[in-house]
Amino acid sequence: MNNPATNTTSRRAIDIVNASLKRRYARERRFRWLGATAVTLGMVFVILLFADIILKGYTAFQQTYIQLPVELAAATIDPDGNRDPATLASADYMKLIREALREQFPEVTDRRDRRLLTSMISVGAPDLLRERVMADPSLIGTTQELWILADDDIDMLVKGYIDRNAPESDRRVGDQMISWIDKLDAEGRIAKRFNTIFFTHGTSREPELAGIAGALMGSFYTLILTFLLSFPIGVGAALYLEEFAPKNRWTDLIEVNVNNLAAVPSIVFGLLGLAVFIGFFGVPRSTPLVAALVMTLMTLPTIIIASRVALKSVPPSIREAALGVGASPLQTQFHHVLPLALPGILTGSIIGMARALGETAPLLMIGMIAFIVDVPKGFTDAATVLPVQIFLWADSPERGFVERTSAAIIVLLAFLFVMNLAAVLLRRRFERRW
Amino acid sequence: MNTLVETMDKTTTGAISSADLAKDRPSSATVGDVTVADPRMTCRSVDVWYGAKQAIKGVSLDIGKNEVLSMIGPSGCGKSTFLRCLNRMNDTIDGCRVTGSIKLDEQDIYDKSLDPVPLRAQVGMVFQKPNPFPKSIYENVAYGPRIHGLTNNKAELDELVETSLRKAGLWNEVKDRLDQPGTGLSGGQQQRLCIARTIAVSPEVILMDEPCSALDPIATAIIEELIDELRANYSIAIVTHSMQQAARVSQRTAYFHLGDLIEVGETNQIFTNPQHKLTEDYITGRFG
Repeated sequence: MNNPATNTTSRRAIDIVNASLKRRYARERRFRWLGATAVTLGMVFVILLFADIILKGYTAFQQTYIQLPVELAAATIDPDGNRDPATLASADYMKLIREALREQFPEVTDRRDRRLLTSMISVGAPDLLRERVMADPSLIGTTQELWILADDDIDMLVKGYIDRNAPESDRRVGDQMISWIDKLDAEGRIAKRFNTIFFTHGTSREPELAGIAGALMGSFYTLILTFLLSFPIGVGAALYLEEFAPKNRWTDLIEVNVNNLAAVPSIVFGLLGLAVFIGFFGVPRSTPLVAALVMTLMTLPTIIIASRVALKSVPPSIREAALGVGASPLQTQFHHVLPLALPGILTGSIIGMARALGETAPLLMIGMIAFIVDVPKGFTDAATVLPVQIFLWADSPERGFVERTSAAIIVLLAFLFVMNLAAVLLRRRFERRW
Repeated sequence: MNTLVETMDKTTTGAISSADLAKDRPSSATVGDVTVADPRMTCRSVDVWYGAKQAIKGVSLDIGKNEVLSMIGPSGCGKSTFLRCLNRMNDTIDGCRVTGSIKLDEQDIYDKSLDPVPLRAQVGMVFQKPNPFPKSIYENVAYGPRIHGLTNNKAELDELVETSLRKAGLWNEVKDRLDQPGTGLSGGQQQRLCIARTIAVSPEVILMDEPCSALDPIATAIIEELIDELRANYSIAIVTHSMQQAARVSQRTAYFHLGDLIEVGETNQIFTNPQHKLTEDYITGRFG
C-alpha cells in the first residue's frame, strides 16, 4: 500500500477513497446477508411452530357424532304427562340412547358386549339430549333421527389417530368396536360435525366434553379488570414521574425500581399476590379479581415505561405553546401532551395486556390451576384462564386432549394476534404529525 | 493533506475567539439609558443561573408601553434566556434560578404569591419555531380564550377568533378553512397563527423569540409589518439574530454579550453611533 504522506502528488484523496470502496461494499453485503439469514431463520421457525400447532389442533374443531333414531318415549321421560321440568330433568335419557343403539345392533345380546356398545356413546350425551328435550318438550313421544355425541376413543378412531393395524391389546378401541363403527359408518351414521361444545362448555375430564368457554371467560374478566386497574394507575404514574415530579434522588430511585420491576420473573409476582392479596387481604383465591390484581402489578412497569417514552416523544414546543397562552401545567398535559402521547401509551398498554393474557406462572401460585368446570359469571367466581387451561390439558393423559391443547393454543394465539393488530391500528389511527 | 490542515489553521486564527472578547469585556454597568419614561415592564439587577453557570449577569432594562424593544447579540449571549424570564417560562427548566426584580405594571412577577398561569396570559410569547397545536386553525386561536373563560358563548368566541386572526393578518387566507389543521399551513402562516393565538388572550406584552428565523424573506416581511401594527396596542420585546430586522422593527435596541447587557439605546443611535467597542464590532460584522 502507498503511504499517502510520502506520495501526496500522485495519490489524490479520491484514489484512496476508491481503493477502500470495494472493501466497504463487501462488508455491507456481508451484513445484509447476515440480516437476511437471521430473518429467514426466524420466519422458518415461526412457520414450523404455526404449522405444527395448526396441524395438531385443527381436528379439535370437529367432533364425531353418531346418528341414531331415538324414540323419545313419553313413558320414560314424562310418565305423568304434565311436562313438569323437574320430572323432565331427572328422566333417564341414557336409557333412551342405549335402546336406540341396541336397535342398530340386534345381534349383540351378551351383557358385556352391550356395555361395550354403550361405551361408544359419550357420558355427556344424555345431558345434551336432556337440554334438547327441555328446550322443546313437543319432541316427547316422537322418534327423532338425532346426532349423538360419541366417546373420545371413537372420536380418535374416526379421526385416524388410532392405528388399526396395531395389536388389539395396544389399542384403546377393540376389534369388535371397530367393526361396529365401520358398520355405522357404512350406513352413513357417523359424521364429524363442528365442535360447538369446545366453545360453549367449561373444562371436563372427558375430552369430548371439554371446552374453553370457562377459560375464555376467566381470561376476559381478568384482562378487563387488569386494564381498568393498570391503565389509569400506569398512565398517572408515568405522567407524574415524567412531567411533574422534581428530578432528585427519590425519583431516580423510583425510576430504577420501575425498570427493575419490569424484569422481575413473573412467578415472583404470583408469590407476592399469594402472600399479600390472598394471605393478608383475604381476596378469594382462584378468582379473576386476584388474578387481575397480580397481573396489574406485573403489567404496571411495562405501561409506565411505555407511557414515559411516549410522553417524552411529544415535542417540548407543544408544552411551551400551551404554557405560553396561560394553560396550567395540568391543562397542558391533559389538553395537549396526553392526546399526542396516547397512541404510544395505548400500544404499550395493549402489549402489556397481551403479555398478561399469555401469562401462566404467577397464576399457578394463586390457585388458578384448580379444576373448574363452571363458566365464571363474575369477577369473584372461581375461574381459570386460557394459558393455564392449556397447561392443564397438556398434562392430561387422554389422547383427545392433545388436539384440544393445540386448538386452545390456536385460540390464544388468535387473541394475541388480534390484540397486537389492534395496537398497530390504534397507533395508525391516532398518530398525528406536527 | 498537510497543506489542507495549514489553510484551515489560518482561517481559525483569523477569527476573533470568544475568549479574546471576554478579556476586554467591561465589568462596569451598561452603556446608555436602560429606563424609559413610560415603562410596562421594569427589570432590575436580574441574574439567571442554570445550575452553577450564570447565564445573565445583573441586567437592568425597561420595556416601554407601545414600543418594540429588540435584543441582539451573538449566540449564547443570554438574550433568549432574559426574554424567557419575562413570563417565567424559565420555571419549566430544571435548575434555573432567577434573582433580582422583574415588575409588570409595578407587580413583581417573581413574587412567591404570584401565579405564573395568569401572568402568561398577560405576557404572551411567540417562539422561534412556529408551534401551532396539532388541532384546527379555529381551535388554535380559541384555546386560550376558552381555558381562561374570556367569552360567554360561541358567537363571542367566533368573533374573538376572527378579530385575532385579522390582527395577525391571517383572516383572509384562512377564513374558508378554519376547521383544517393549523399544522397544514405554511411556515409563515403558522407563525402568524401563533401570533393570533397569543393576542387572542389580550396580553399586555408580547415576547418574540426569533420569530422569523425559520421563515423566508417574504414571510419575514409580512411578520415585520405585523409587529409594527401590533405596537399600537401592545409592548413587544423581540429577540433577533438579524440586525437589519432589529433596525426595521424596533424603537429601542439592547445589545447583549456573554450574559451582560452591554449597551441600550434608540435603535437609530445604536446602529449609526454605537458607544461601546463591542457593540460597534458586532454591528459592523467583525464577529457574531
